[in-house]
Amino acid sequence: MKTASHKVFNFHGGLLLDEHKSISTSKQIEQAPIPAMLVLPLSQHIGVAAKPCVAIGDNVLKGQLIAKADGRVSVPVHASSSGKVVAIEKRHVPHPSQLKSECIVIETDGRDSPVEAEYTGLTNYHSLSTDELRQRIQDAGIVGLGGAGFPSHLKLKPNGHHVDTLILNAAECEPYISCDDMLMREQAPAIISGLRIMQQALHAKNCMIGIEDNKVEAFAALQTAIDDSDDSDDIEIVRVPTRYPAGGERQLIYSLTGKQAPSQGRPLDIGIVCHNVGTAAAVHNAIIEGKPLLSRVVTLTGSGIPQPRNMHVLLGTPIDDLLEHCRANRDDIGRTMIGGPMMGFVIDSTTAPITKTTNCVLVTHQRDVKKPETALPCIRCGECADVCPVNLLPQQLYWYAHSQEFDHIQDYNLFDCIECGCCDVVCPSRIPLVQYFRFSKTTIWQQEKDTEKSNKARQRHELRLERLEREKIEKRERHNRKKAALKKEPDKSEDPKKAAILAAMKRVKDKQVATNISPANTENLSAEQQRKIDEANARRAEQNKDKNGS
Amino acid sequence: MFIAIITLLTIAVIFGLVLGFAAIRFKVDSDPVVDKIDALLPQTQCGQCTYPGCRPYAEAIANGEAEINQCPPGGENTIVALADLLGRDVLPLNPENGEVKEAKTVVIIDEEICIGCTLCIQACPVDAILGAAKQMHTVIVENCTGCDLCIPPCPVDCIYIVPEKTSANNWQWPHPEESGSPVS
Repeated sequence: MKTASHKVFNFHGGLLLDEHKSISTSKQIEQAPIPAMLVLPLSQHIGVAAKPCVAIGDNVLKGQLIAKADGRVSVPVHASSSGKVVAIEKRHVPHPSQLKSECIVIETDGRDSPVEAEYTGLTNYHSLSTDELRQRIQDAGIVGLGGAGFPSHLKLKPNGHHVDTLILNAAECEPYISCDDMLMREQAPAIISGLRIMQQALHAKNCMIGIEDNKVEAFAALQTAIDDSDDSDDIEIVRVPTRYPAGGERQLIYSLTGKQAPSQGRPLDIGIVCHNVGTAAAVHNAIIEGKPLLSRVVTLTGSGIPQPRNMHVLLGTPIDDLLEHCRANRDDIGRTMIGGPMMGFVIDSTTAPITKTTNCVLVTHQRDVKKPETALPCIRCGECADVCPVNLLPQQLYWYAHSQEFDHIQDYNLFDCIECGCCDVVCPSRIPLVQYFRFSKTTIWQQEKDTEKSNKARQRHELRLERLEREKIEKRERHNRKKAALKKEPDKSEDPKKAAILAAMKRVKDKQVATNISPANTENLSAEQQRKIDEANARRAEQNKDKNGS
Repeated sequence: MFIAIITLLTIAVIFGLVLGFAAIRFKVDSDPVVDKIDALLPQTQCGQCTYPGCRPYAEAIANGEAEINQCPPGGENTIVALADLLGRDVLPLNPENGEVKEAKTVVIIDEEICIGCTLCIQACPVDAILGAAKQMHTVIVENCTGCDLCIPPCPVDCIYIVPEKTSANNWQWPHPEESGSPVS
């Protein structure tokens, strides 16, 4: 291993915050009990929701596939324990909207009997092609466990880029959260093994682990694990100063390499890929052990929890069960948040389950919940711009967000905002700046969707008009053809009736000729008779003419 | 004198050719102002503006036959955008054309009641209703513009207006001043 004399670059802004991490790191990671009910949302990741492949009433085993990935930007869901599927319905999920979302509900039988594994564990994964590795990682349902939940197999595909550095994000900068810290202390070898697998999938030349310098024990554990591994030359572990948000992907990349990922692009564009330590451990479990992602480490902390701790929690465990297990007094709970105090969100219903992206449940005692302060007018002091880690101008963004000038706000790179909340903390006027930015972002997305929809409506309307016009022309043509066909003199020879009449007349004529008989009343006519015949003929001719003419 | 006439004639012929060529080469099919106006309209094709669709209304605005405040689905935003584009004054929405809906809506067909008369299919301006004679009809919700034109022709009143569904995919963060939500 290279010694830690690596130069660290300082990103702009950031804050030193009270950590509150030590309250949850005194004990080892505890195993949470199997809950009576597992609620597994079909969409625990960014992308297309998984498709259920079990029915209500089915018995499922631990690790059994219960929802398939729907396409490339999707991952499957597995049963975290054995039991019976009792419902597939909308339930509360941890989401800032508080909306319900489609979930598979399993009543557990407590036996925890495992299903026959889809893949056997491999110690020699080098024999697998990179595509096979990625497939196994997708099949294991692995997403970024840092909190964003982007399907990991997509971030392990170089897409024609040359990957220079694979960075493992071990910074965990947000206050209160300590799940990655504890995982590193206890499962450092698995993390390093997972890092190796990801390195192979990406053909990355170097690996770096970025860790905040407050995690002394985790750093030591990782160092030992690297030293113990066979080939440790290309893994570099770098301590970065503890300063929020050092664990932001772009901030960490800058700290370690001095490179900035392009504004609208991805780190891959500059040859860097960044994964979370938890994801590395999950990749190890998937490839080496052959196990899908069934549980994760969750920090249960805050003043509303008597003994804050970290737990291995089965995915789908309702938060209520965990609160009960931790003996949190329900009457004292003032507010429950998912994630940390800076970037997390409040949930109203604690029936929501732990999902792949739930790294922390922060429960605040009601005596500690502060009432929201009334925002005062912006005095344009510029404090927010000083602490912005992305070098944005939050006061300017706020100006346009407040007046809802969404064209101008994008000129100030709204979409580069990582919503870290530093500006909120320092604002002397207590303006909820991040709220404004989130509001603006989702409104702009909605406007884009509306434009797309109206374009589609226009196209459909124009196609409809075209179709109606075409149908009208076709109808007229059909009508004209029919009319023409009626007008045309029907061919006599083709009409069987007329043919029969003609044949009969011919027979009579032939007979007359053969027998030489002529009608007796056509000869020796008087002048009077002849005149009348002529008149009759003329009348008949007139009538025929009228008939034909009409 | 003669030389002057020849020179002028030659110049006239050259310019004539250039202009003739330009007229063919840079021909504009439709009035670009109409396209620009049409792009700002919401494309519900509801006809509340009294014109048979958004494009005819756009043409009427371009010809100065219609005011810019006749589009209830577009609401104030559309009026402001049109005023901006055409350099006209912002007007309040003409109440004769209808009122702005509070939330976006779509329609659904109660398939139990539907008798399969196809009248709603003929009324739908964007072909968002699927069905055939004496067969059940259904609305393709993602293509429904919420124009409500299918409702009057239905002989059994089985078409209902429902608000557009909010899911985690199209959910929006509320405006901070309206929500008053706490800041950590």
